[in-house]
Amino acid sequence: MMPESGPVEGSFHLMGGDFTNAGSASSELKAKLVKFGVAQNIVRRAAIAAFEAEMNVIIHAVAGTLHYLITTEALTITVTDMGPGIKDIKLAMQEGYSTAPDWVREMGWGAGMGLPNISKHSDAFKLDTVVGEGTTLEMFFYIKERNADG
Amino acid sequence: MHLSKIIELVNGNVVINGGVEAVEITSVCSADLLSNVLRYGKKGALLVTCLNQPQVIRSAEISDIPAVLLALGGIPEKDMLALARDKNIVLITTCLPMYTTCGILYTAGLRSCVDDCEE
Repeated sequence: MMPESGPVEGSFHLMGGDFTNAGSASSELKAKLVKFGVAQNIVRRAAIAAFEAEMNVIIHAVAGTLHYLITTEALTITVTDMGPGIKDIKLAMQEGYSTAPDWVREMGWGAGMGLPNISKHSDAFKLDTVVGEGTTLEMFFYIKERNADG
Repeated sequence: MHLSKIIELVNGNVVINGGVEAVEITSVCSADLLSNVLRYGKKGALLVTCLNQPQVIRSAEISDIPAVLLALGGIPEKDMLALARDKNIVLITTCLPMYTTCGILYTAGLRSCVDDCEE
């Protein structure tokens, strides 16, 4: 379930507007989680939540980082960005609400489902945002509980 | 249903092979919103879409979707082709529209990867 050497962490740099490589961090993270032996259902949920968070950075921010930490208890993915921040978190959590421009919507994104999807696929998440400075999103995936469930 | 049967049914053209011979499809995810793919897509599903850009392949990869069917004669972008090749995702095109494509697959016995809409 976890590398025998103990907790593992790492991070990826994210570049705002880089749609060519968008999703590559989440893809690499997924491969690492598989390699570390994290349960398949957690890998899939974590990859989906990470991808949504990564796309938020690509679409809205100048740059950001995606950090992961795997312990015996949980996988924590933290996405921090230098972006516009979120003015109204309650509104942003509402499915269908989006501030993405039309050209992003034409690519299949910006449907206002990013944060709701993150909420659905993670066991818990925490959002800290400062308008004009940026946003930090922490997503938690409980390894022990899920394992106990089989 | 074996993917080769699906290709036959929709008169599909295999653009990126991705090990098509070994792929079994268990359901269909038809979407032009990638967040819908991430939310409702199921492992082993076929993604039917009109979007022709690389994030479609990313969404498939992340969601454990082994094959993408580009409907309505869509021409994949160069980056989409490269990523599909790199990630071993089967990429197929068909001239049929999404509605007709899904109708044919439904009639053949494949069902949606979404059971029902969430209230």
